[in-house]
Amino acid sequence: MQMYEEQKSSCPVKVPVECRFSPYTDNGGTTLAIAGDDFCVIAGDTRQSEGYSINSRYAPKVYQLSNGSVLATGGMYADGVTLVKMIEQRLEWYRHAHDKQMSSGALAQMLSTILYHKRMFPYYVWNTLGGLDEDGKGAVYSYDPVGSYEKQKWNCSGSAGHLIQPFLDNQIGFTHQKEKAPLTLERVVQVTKDAFTSATERDIYTGDNLEMFLVTQNGIEKTRVELKKD
Amino acid sequence: MPINEVKPATGGFSFDNYARNTMLNDKGFKAPGVIKTGTTICGCLWKGGLVLGADTRATEGPIVADKNCEKIHYLAPNMYCCGAGTAADCDATTGLISSKLELHRLHTGRQSRVVTAMTMLEQMLFKYQGHIGCALVLGGVDINGPQLYTIAPHGSTDKLPYVTMGSGSLAAMAIFESRWKKDMELEDAMELVKDAISAGIFNDLGSGSNVDLCVITKDGVDYRRGYDRPNERVQKERSYKLKPGASTVLTSSFRKYVEVLDGDAMDTS
Amino acid sequence: MEPATRTQNPVVTGTSVLGIKYKDGIMLAADTLASYGSLARFRDVERLIKVGNTTIIGASGDISDFQYITHLLEKILIKESNTEDGHQLYARHIHEYLGRLMYGRRSKHNPLWNSMVVGGIRDGEGGTFLGFVDLQGTTYEAPTIATGYGAYIAQPILRKAVEGREDTLTEEEAEKVLEDCMRVLFYRDARSINKIQIAKVNASGISISDPRFLDTEWAFAEGIRGYGATD
Repeated sequence: MQMYEEQKSSCPVKVPVECRFSPYTDNGGTTLAIAGDDFCVIAGDTRQSEGYSINSRYAPKVYQLSNGSVLATGGMYADGVTLVKMIEQRLEWYRHAHDKQMSSGALAQMLSTILYHKRMFPYYVWNTLGGLDEDGKGAVYSYDPVGSYEKQKWNCSGSAGHLIQPFLDNQIGFTHQKEKAPLTLERVVQVTKDAFTSATERDIYTGDNLEMFLVTQNGIEKTRVELKKD
Repeated sequence: MPINEVKPATGGFSFDNYARNTMLNDKGFKAPGVIKTGTTICGCLWKGGLVLGADTRATEGPIVADKNCEKIHYLAPNMYCCGAGTAADCDATTGLISSKLELHRLHTGRQSRVVTAMTMLEQMLFKYQGHIGCALVLGGVDINGPQLYTIAPHGSTDKLPYVTMGSGSLAAMAIFESRWKKDMELEDAMELVKDAISAGIFNDLGSGSNVDLCVITKDGVDYRRGYDRPNERVQKERSYKLKPGASTVLTSSFRKYVEVLDGDAMDTS
Repeated sequence: MEPATRTQNPVVTGTSVLGIKYKDGIMLAADTLASYGSLARFRDVERLIKVGNTTIIGASGDISDFQYITHLLEKILIKESNTEDGHQLYARHIHEYLGRLMYGRRSKHNPLWNSMVVGGIRDGEGGTFLGFVDLQGTTYEAPTIATGYGAYIAQPILRKAVEGREDTLTEEEAEKVLEDCMRVLFYRDARSINKIQIAKVNASGISISDPRFLDTEWAFAEGIRGYGATD
């Protein structure tokens, strides 16, 4: 956050002010999710950065949750970790209370509530939730840090979100195009890989590795692809 | 002074909009960003001369503006200069000084000296009090032998056997501090500078892509553009060529948008 | 009512800590200087500690906050041993605990002003652990970790030496690369000193070296004359 860095002044000389504690930091990275008819792909790069430095080349921010959904978190890593812990606890309570797994739709609503409960000191996280709904159809939900959410067919957020989203609109949604190619799992995986290799070219916070979760009726498959390290 | 006696500026920068821009800034207007070469640049001396090095990434905030830009600028036949900071300032400053050096050579009929270039850059950057945002690594060989300087944006200078600048300067300096030795062979010096720049490319997010080198000796210059290319893009999974006519055509009639009138015939004489 | 006063900035501080994985375990390095602002105040403060029998921790940042954290770790270790349930706290658990501790304090706007490197092995299972925690609760694992100026100066050297070679790097090689990095940090980090410690954890246990002086090279300075148009 830039809040405390320097005082506003018409004087061209910048006055440094005392270094104050900021509870927030941006650890960068990009996440993506695409829903198909009977599958869902959730992906994210694994670079964790701070400023111009790379903290770790492998710090996954896409989490497989215990109810079979997958949550991609971007923004502040520590808030993401905390949020996932909160969700896991609530999923466990739900199992104890109802003797079944929480559905992805219920989880989507619950995540919004959890985020809004910290409206005045938000989790600095951009969430994308992916999985299958109760009919086995792919479902993607995307959130802002304070809990506004929407069910979508595809979404990309994080540091290269603005680079990839229009590409998905074109290649997944086929917006303003006459022919729409069928959305197969193979095609979605290819488009996802290309989206991330391209984002790595132009976004300095995206790179190192791509981790993908392929959710189908048969379970969840996790794959990893190397990205450029510069 | 009568108003018609106000003469246009004879040279240098125009500060006409300074007061206006300050006012806009105070009201919260954000000036458009400039392309910066968040950079790793460096140079080191060896037995027979010097080697300059640079990465090739130019950034605009978090976005890579140019994946293969040139940061080692020509100053004179015996001198080159790496630039970090605002790309436009580096281009303009090195361009200006190289012109001045050329005129100076034509005037004196002698080879340009590295101290001359250094002093001109230093005095220019000092005059502009840091508003010209370039951090330079200047290297050249003249009758006093090979010399390496850094010039910071406010006009301070350093003369050292190995130097680094830019956001990756610490990464590159770490390599020099642990491996530089006096009177190295050319191959070792090139390897060292390549590794120093690579340290910036892989550890500093402001630096990336390729390594450019420039070897200067008393006998001439060996400019090695793309000396190392450790970041080639991988093959794409799919082709994204659109078939002709892929866009949905909403309407093909334009007549309702225009008014067709009888005009004069075109003059074809 | 008086507003609550909180640590809003560090007072007596330690600089970089380095940590790497190697063939047999984890190695950490730090110098022994505790600075008071720009004053080199205490020249013999040890910032590498042993936590239990399989974990080592190195801390940079506020020294008093680190001493408080050391106290907390002693407490949880005693509590764990008193249960006598056959379990023990490994590096991964200590790291998790510190992550939650630091995040909890940052969420109260009352941070513990430290960056820490946690290293350890899991005996019998062969695995090694190297993790990082800071005052905002940011955590990560990596084969090489460096805090403070080490992140800019030492990390490039460490990554070049260690990445992809975690399982083959010998103890001698690991110690040499850490010593080289500490030397470069002494050359370039103005809050550092040429007196260092190295801590190791491997199958034969934990060893933290006594503070020792680095040998440094200044001969190149002979050749330097001035900084500009003087010869």
